Amino acid sequence: MVKKTAQNEGMRRSTLNKHKPEFLVEMLRRMLLIRAFESRLPVLSTQSLLRGSSHACIGQEAAAVGACFALQPSDYVTSTHRGHGHTIAKGGTVKFMMAELLGRADGCCHGKGGSMHIADFSIGMLGANGIVGGGIGIATGAALSCAIRDSKQVVLCFFGEGAINQGILLECGNMAALWKLPLVFLCENNQFSMSTRPDDVTAVRELSLRAEGMGIPGRTVDGMDVLAVFEAVSAAVERARSSAGPAFIEARCYRFEGHFLGDGLKYRSKDELALWHAKDPISNWRNRLIKGGIISENDAATLAQQTQDELDQAVEFAKSSPAPDPAAVWEDLYA
Amino acid sequence: MPDERLITYSNALNEALREEMVRDKSVFVLGEEIGVWGDGGGVFGVTKGLAKEFGRSRVRDSPISEEGIVAVGVGAAATGMRPVVELMYGDFLPLAMEPLVNQAAKMRYMFGGQAQVPMVLRSNVGAGGGKAAQHSQSLETWIMHVPGIKLAMPSSPYDAKGLLKTAIRDNNPVVFLEHKLLYFTKEVVPREDYTVPFGVARIRRPGKDVTVVAMQAMLNKALLAAEKLAQEGIEVEVIDPRTLVPLDIESIVESVRRTNRLVICHEAVERAGWAGEVAMQVIEHAFDFLDAPIVRVCGKNVPMPYSASLENMVIPNEEDLVSAIRQMIAASR
Repeated sequence: MVKKTAQNEGMRRSTLNKHKPEFLVEMLRRMLLIRAFESRLPVLSTQSLLRGSSHACIGQEAAAVGACFALQPSDYVTSTHRGHGHTIAKGGTVKFMMAELLGRADGCCHGKGGSMHIADFSIGMLGANGIVGGGIGIATGAALSCAIRDSKQVVLCFFGEGAINQGILLECGNMAALWKLPLVFLCENNQFSMSTRPDDVTAVRELSLRAEGMGIPGRTVDGMDVLAVFEAVSAAVERARSSAGPAFIEARCYRFEGHFLGDGLKYRSKDELALWHAKDPISNWRNRLIKGGIISENDAATLAQQTQDELDQAVEFAKSSPAPDPAAVWEDLYA
Repeated sequence: MPDERLITYSNALNEALREEMVRDKSVFVLGEEIGVWGDGGGVFGVTKGLAKEFGRSRVRDSPISEEGIVAVGVGAAATGMRPVVELMYGDFLPLAMEPLVNQAAKMRYMFGGQAQVPMVLRSNVGAGGGKAAQHSQSLETWIMHVPGIKLAMPSSPYDAKGLLKTAIRDNNPVVFLEHKLLYFTKEVVPREDYTVPFGVARIRRPGKDVTVVAMQAMLNKALLAAEKLAQEGIEVEVIDPRTLVPLDIESIVESVRRTNRLVICHEAVERAGWAGEVAMQVIEHAFDFLDAPIVRVCGKNVPMPYSASLENMVIPNEEDLVSAIRQMIAASR
């Protein structure tokens, strides 16, 4: 962690000054929107409006937003089973996402995907994935497609530290490095597969060492710091776009909630959670923007209220959307 | 005929790839040992000369990473390309089932029609060369069981070329399974562009006494058996479905309504093989027309043994078909 010296504070301010204020505020707004979205899930679940499994990314908003803000709209993202945040960060519309979670006809996948298969191709979001590591191959193929088409697009591939031990990472990491594909591997290390920690299941302590072994430069960033993630991913994206090849970034963050709704959380202590809550990516960013004179307390409160209002509207939209037409069961099986 | 010539199944596939690559810049080929091996491409010569003509970017030798290369094909297909991915042996399909079954087959449906995955996965099936348990399997039924994938299995050079062109132009994932014993068989194939549609069976021999449904190497055995039985006055109708998904069940049912008897022959192991599916569909549509129980002549339920004598026991042969049909006719006349 960075020590709070006057010099470091000065460095931080100058870092903020490198970016347009509205960009920095939009980072905050987007993180607030993700948290507002995820915070609705327990209520909707209690009302029996959600089916199956929903995986919230509360605590991981900085990784999603920092990484996606380093992309152009035409760039691609692949996601994990914890994909709501990535979708919102890439520009997803919350009302269509919420309708999807409720299994309604107006959902972004017309109610056929749900939380684990949320996707929005119109913004380059190529899908969440119910298979751990399932997005890695799709991202690599999309990157090969970009390279062959010489489209100058970049692919950002999110996966969790649990996916680090899937064989597909070695297979695709090798191809990406060999062919210098425009791809950024973004490993969100949220400290838990379900209950197991990296130390329980992975022999290497520095996950980026895996990347080095595949011929991909790897680094670790503070995944609770949206600007640190943004800057690391921006450098990787620039490198990828210039055909210099893929990069691997481990964003160290923390899953504040359970693996899914209803997880009893017996595998971690309240003290540990409190330590990570102190690093909350949203309240820290908000405070930093206030301290840096970018926004006022009032602005921040208004922003938070606006995101809640947006979610109110999204939930109302979703609830009023009809169930899919029965004919839909046979639709879109084949193109 | 100036516009036709006798070419091999392997050449026919090569021509289909070449012509589609010329026609459509989004078509590219990815697989193990497809660029350099042998006379310039592919263990069975299917990609011969393509790397030289189109470059190593569009005819790309992959690492030995079956799951990875199929997954890469899926991602490329979902973002505007038309990859033709090759697995050297169909026995490697199990290594690649994740991207095929969980990703390619489902992306369009589970994303509500947002995606299309125009990928062709070429591989092969079949035994007969002493390649033993891990290079001889016929796993087509595994593929047939998964909604969202199409499945083509050409039996002749003409069909190989026409079906591969259809597969490449199709906007869905297509598994295209060739047969190892057919690569160097020959047939007259037109020079001009043509396609063979999916879901249209081909009656390879007309007959009135019994319908035999078979594909690829088994189809050739069925034709030989039919020839033999004709000398005994038994007229066998031999039907090649050509694609298992979509399946032209109407043509099979129509044939059974005329012959009143059905034999289904496949090289894949009998248990839970596609013969059971075809039989059930025929029962559903034409039960009252059947004069005899449907008979399966299929691979034995064991891994493929190496020794020639044992291998011959496991794969159905012409004599198995002849005796099965004789018994069936004798019992139901």
